[in-house]
Amino acid sequence: MIARAGLALGAVAAVTAPWWVANPYHLHVLIMAGVFTILALSLNLLLGYTGQLSLGHAAFFGIGAYTSALLSLPPLQWSFWLALPAAALASGLAGWGIGRLALKLRGAYFVLVTISFAGVISLVSINWMELTNGPLGLPGVPPPSLGPWTLRTKSAYWYLVLATAALAYFVCHRLVGSRIGRAFVALRENEPLAESVGIDGTRYLVLAAVISAAMAGVGGSLYAHYTRFVSPEVFLFSYTVTMVIMVIAGGQGTLAGPVVGALLFTALPEALREAMAWQWQMLAYGVILIVCVFFLPRGIVPAIVATTRRTDRAAGGPPEMRSGSVGLFKKRRGSDSRS
Amino acid sequence: MDQLLQHLVNGLVLGGTYALLGIGLTLIFGLMSVVNFAHGEFYTLGAYAAFATLALAGLPFFVALLAAIAAGAALGALTERALLRPLRGHSIDTIMLVMIGVWIVMQNAELLAWGGVARSIPHPFPTAPLSLGPLNIAPLRLFVVVTAAVLIVLAWLAIQKTRLGTAMRATFQDRETAALMGVPIARIHTITFAFGSALAAAAGALLGPVFLAYPSMGDLASLKAFSVVILGGLGNFAGATLGGLLLGVAEELGAGYISSGYRDAVGFVAIILVLLFRPAGLFARAERIG
Repeated sequence: MIARAGLALGAVAAVTAPWWVANPYHLHVLIMAGVFTILALSLNLLLGYTGQLSLGHAAFFGIGAYTSALLSLPPLQWSFWLALPAAALASGLAGWGIGRLALKLRGAYFVLVTISFAGVISLVSINWMELTNGPLGLPGVPPPSLGPWTLRTKSAYWYLVLATAALAYFVCHRLVGSRIGRAFVALRENEPLAESVGIDGTRYLVLAAVISAAMAGVGGSLYAHYTRFVSPEVFLFSYTVTMVIMVIAGGQGTLAGPVVGALLFTALPEALREAMAWQWQMLAYGVILIVCVFFLPRGIVPAIVATTRRTDRAAGGPPEMRSGSVGLFKKRRGSDSRS
Repeated sequence: MDQLLQHLVNGLVLGGTYALLGIGLTLIFGLMSVVNFAHGEFYTLGAYAAFATLALAGLPFFVALLAAIAAGAALGALTERALLRPLRGHSIDTIMLVMIGVWIVMQNAELLAWGGVARSIPHPFPTAPLSLGPLNIAPLRLFVVVTAAVLIVLAWLAIQKTRLGTAMRATFQDRETAALMGVPIARIHTITFAFGSALAAAAGALLGPVFLAYPSMGDLASLKAFSVVILGGLGNFAGATLGGLLLGVAEELGAGYISSGYRDAVGFVAIILVLLFRPAGLFARAERIG
C-alpha cells in the first residue's frame, strides 16, 4: 500500500521534474541520479541477486561510454540510437568474457578478476593513443537526435534518462520474477541444492554477468552523450565504490533499494558539497559501508519495509513474511572451518 | 645481455618488497579467510611513517623502518580487534565489504592528513650507483633488497620456529582442533593480522624512498599483493616469496621489452592467467602455510 503510493508519487515527481526543478544544476544532479540508478540496478543484479560482487563495474560503464563515443564521432558518426545498443553489446560481451573466466571460481576470485579487468582496461584507455586519444579523452561526443530534434536541453535529456532508467527497472522486475531470477536467488542461497534440482550454476551466473554488464554499458552510453566527453576517468575506482555503496545501503536483492540508494547518494554529496570537501565525502562513504554491514545489513529499503510491516501487524494487518538471509549478508553455513 | 641482467636485478629489487607484501597478505588470507583489500593501505601507512620519521623528525633509516613496522602492527591489531573479531563466523563476502570500507576510510584519511601531493622520502644513501661489472645498482635499492630478504627470513623463522608460529600453523590447518588443543584462536587472529600488516608497512617504508609517497599508492600495492598471493597459492609462504620475485622480474621485463605504459598490467594479467589455468597457484602441492 505504502509502496504503491510511494511509487506513484515518485513517478509523478519524476515526470514533472523539469517544471519544479528551476535550477539547471539541480536538474543536472537529477540526470546523474538517473544514470546512477541504471548502474546501481545493474550491479544489484549481480551483487544482490546472485551474490557475486563485481568490483570492476566501472569497466563495463567505461566500455559502454567509449564504445558509444567512438561510434558516434567521426569517421563513423553513427546515430545515438545505434551507438547505444552497440555500447550495451560491447559491455555485455566483456561481461560474458569475464563471467566465463571468473565465475567458475566465484567469490573472492571473481572480485579479483573484475578488479584486474578494470585495471587492464583503464591502462589500455590511457595507453592506446590512436584509439582513445589517451589521457586527453574524446571531446565533442554529439548529443542524441530524434528526427528533427536534438536533445540538447537538460530537460529533454532528463526524459531520455528517466525512460531508460524506467526500462532498466522494468527489465530487472521481469527478470527477477522469472524462472531465471529465481535461479539466481537459488544459487545465492544454496548452490549445491540449486544444482541438485538441475540449475546450471555457471551458466546462470554468466548470464547475470552479461545482463548486468550490458546495462552498465547503457549507463555509460547515456553518460557519454550527456557530458559529451569521455576520458579514462570513467574507469575511476570511485565510480565502482559509489555503485557498491548505493546497492548495499539502499538494499541489495530488492528492486527499490538501488533506486533509493542511487537517489540518496547522488543528492547527498551535492547537499554536503558546501559543508565538506570531497575527501571527507569519500571517507564518509567508507564509514557508511562499514556501519551498514554492522547495523543495517539488509539496507535502507528492507529496514523501512520491516518497520511498516510491524506497524501493520500491530494494527491487525497480514502477518509478516520472514524472508531468509539476503545477498552477501548471510551467516556462514555449517561449521566455521574452511571448505 | 647486459640489459637483460640489469632488468633482472631491478626486478629482484622490486620483487623482494612484493614478496613482503604478498607474505603478509597470504597469511591473513590463508589463516583468517579475510580478503584484505586494505592491505595496500598498510603499505601506504608504512611509507608515510617513514616519511614522518625521516623527513620530519630527521631520524636514521632503521628507526623509520621500525616505526613503520610498529605503526602497521598497531593499526592492524586495532582493525582486527574492532572490526574483524565481531564479524567472525560471518561469510567471507561480508568481511570483504568491511575491508573495502576500511580501505576507503584509510586512503582518504591519508589524503586528508598528508595532502594529495606526492612526497619524496629522503634517505641517507649516496645516489651514485654502484657498478658491479656490467651491472649498476643504486645503494638504496641494494639496501632495500637486502633488508627485504632479512625480513622475509625473520618472518619465516617466526612462523617455523616459535611457539606462536606453531600455533599459527595449527590454526591454519584445522581451526577447531587447534582450539581444542588450547590455541587461543581469537588472539592468533589478532596477531596474524598485525603481523601481516606490519610486513606490508615494512614494504612501504622500503619502497617509499625508491619511488614517492602518495595517498593512492596502496591501490596498486594491494593488487600486486593479490597477484603475488594468487601466483603463489593461498597461505603458501614460500609460494608468496617466489611469486613476489617472479612478479617483480616480470614487470621489469614487461616494462623494458614491451611498453612501460603497461608495467602495471603485468600483475593484472598474471591474476587472470593463473586463475584461468592454475587456480591453486603456480607452486601448489596442497594448501599449506609455512
